[in-house]
Amino acid sequence: MKSAWRLTLALMITFTFAACKSTPEPVDEPAQVEEKPPVQVDTKPALDPRDYTNADNFDNPESLLSKRVIYFDFDKSTVLPQYRPIVEAHAAYLASSSSARMTLEGHADERGTREYNLGLGERRGNAVSGLMSAQGGRGSQMNVVSYGEERPTCRVSDEECWAMNRRVEIVYTAR
Amino acid sequence: MVIDNVNRLARRILAFAFLLSLAGTVQAQLQIEIVDGNPSALPIAVVPFEWLEEGYPPIDTVEQIVANDLYRSGLFDPMAVEDMPDRPADAEGIRFGTWRLLQVDYIVIGKVRTPADGQGHEIHYQLFDVHKQERLLSRITTVGPGDLRFGAHKVSDSIYEALTGVPGAFSTRIAYVTATGTGGETHYELVVADADGFGPQSIVGSPEPLLSPAWSPDGRRLAYVSFEQGNSAIYVQDVATGARELVSSGRGINGAPAFSPDGSKLALTLSRTGNPEIYVRDMATGLTKQIVQHWSIDTEPAWSPDGRYVYFTSDRAGRPQIYKVPAGGGNPERVTLEGEYNARASISPDGRKIAVAQGKGNEYRIAVWDIESERFTILTPGRMDESPSYAPNGSMILYATREGDRGVLSAVSADGSVRTRLILSEGDVREPAWSPVIR
Repeated sequence: MKSAWRLTLALMITFTFAACKSTPEPVDEPAQVEEKPPVQVDTKPALDPRDYTNADNFDNPESLLSKRVIYFDFDKSTVLPQYRPIVEAHAAYLASSSSARMTLEGHADERGTREYNLGLGERRGNAVSGLMSAQGGRGSQMNVVSYGEERPTCRVSDEECWAMNRRVEIVYTAR
Repeated sequence: MVIDNVNRLARRILAFAFLLSLAGTVQAQLQIEIVDGNPSALPIAVVPFEWLEEGYPPIDTVEQIVANDLYRSGLFDPMAVEDMPDRPADAEGIRFGTWRLLQVDYIVIGKVRTPADGQGHEIHYQLFDVHKQERLLSRITTVGPGDLRFGAHKVSDSIYEALTGVPGAFSTRIAYVTATGTGGETHYELVVADADGFGPQSIVGSPEPLLSPAWSPDGRRLAYVSFEQGNSAIYVQDVATGARELVSSGRGINGAPAFSPDGSKLALTLSRTGNPEIYVRDMATGLTKQIVQHWSIDTEPAWSPDGRYVYFTSDRAGRPQIYKVPAGGGNPERVTLEGEYNARASISPDGRKIAVAQGKGNEYRIAVWDIESERFTILTPGRMDESPSYAPNGSMILYATREGDRGVLSAVSADGSVRTRLILSEGDVREPAWSPVIR
């Protein structure tokens, strides 16, 4: 009985020590013990990539909010079906954050004249802006700027490169 | 003779050393090379002009500048100086029989002297028909100090006019845009140079795109589009002083400026209504009037020489074509009736022809629409030719093309028979605009 009590006490002391120590420290080297600040641990709920009201998703590669370029067919300004979910995701963010602002930068490939391509780039920016408005974004949150063919991302004269350049870039100026 | 040669050699070495010393500071110049020659070019001899001023003649002599001008017009085949049997400076010294044997049709002789007031240069020159042994021209062109090149271009202008009946355009200038570097490091410059590419001077430098330079009819100002504020904006800049005025920077596109022939108005493209439309701005009052209204892209206005109409590009029928509208506004009328893509009109000085960038598939060429016969003539081989700009005498069209992955400028004679290429040693050259006749 007495020995059982002693064992219980010993166990209790051991557990108390174990609970207090967050990291095992090398007790046999007291010269190296330093006053360390306690480690900061953040806790947060699991990030849902489909939560388009959450600004953390801008940097989450799993989320459509991290995708901010829409591509177009030659001489066309229709938002293709595969890009509509991206536009809708950003529209949802705009709807959830009234202070968010974005510039829609419209671009064209090098074919055709520069001033006509300025018009084409703007038409693409307007197409994206129109779709965002229909999905809950407000007109005052979006600014369309056309760069025409002046800012290519790729400078080779072939179809692959042209396809990269026919685009609208969503650039947030305020989140 | 030996001493003369030694002197000339010494002068050349000096000249070369001088060029080397300049190389670090002077911007890369345009070089000209004939791409397609004209077999029926007229044989002409431009004999070295006698230099009667103090000191040595400049490195680029008057006769060289004149011969180069005539050569690149494609209409003349100047004789090399070393092939000349002698170098007469006076009419009495011309041995017509010898020149005729050498199959030279025309001969130009001259002298350069300092005017009586001691300032600048007097170029005395005469043009002869070798076969008729007849003097066609005898003139004195006087220019200020430092303007000898300009004086030489003036000589070329009058020789060209005497032999073709059309005023020369050699003493005019060109403006163009260069882009150097890639990606975010690209640097843009708006450059003004002589029509032969010499004396390039940057008048605007920017890390943001520049485009669409357009001359005022007096040649003193350039309107252009700059993205320096993050969006397109139109500026008008005085070429000589560099002073400039912001003309338009509203929401949307501010593009494609074009001065009216009398300089009182500026046609431009604005998309403040939501899509690009053509407007005409009164330069004195600043009042702007919209002259077309359609949901399509309407842009690239170009005035008829009489100032009554504005031609423009519109895709209202599906693809871009050229239309025209009264300058005060009204109903647009389609002009180009052939081709799947016709844009960026440049109107010939006589108002009869319209040069455009014509697209077919992935090929873009410069084509000329004859208004009366309603036919296109394709002038260039492609495949990325754009931005045609008529010379003020209508003899040539300057345009932008691509060579590999960089932009270069070329000029084509109005009939398409001769092309010359103007090459800048580095960077991308684009958006040429030929000035009106100036000074």
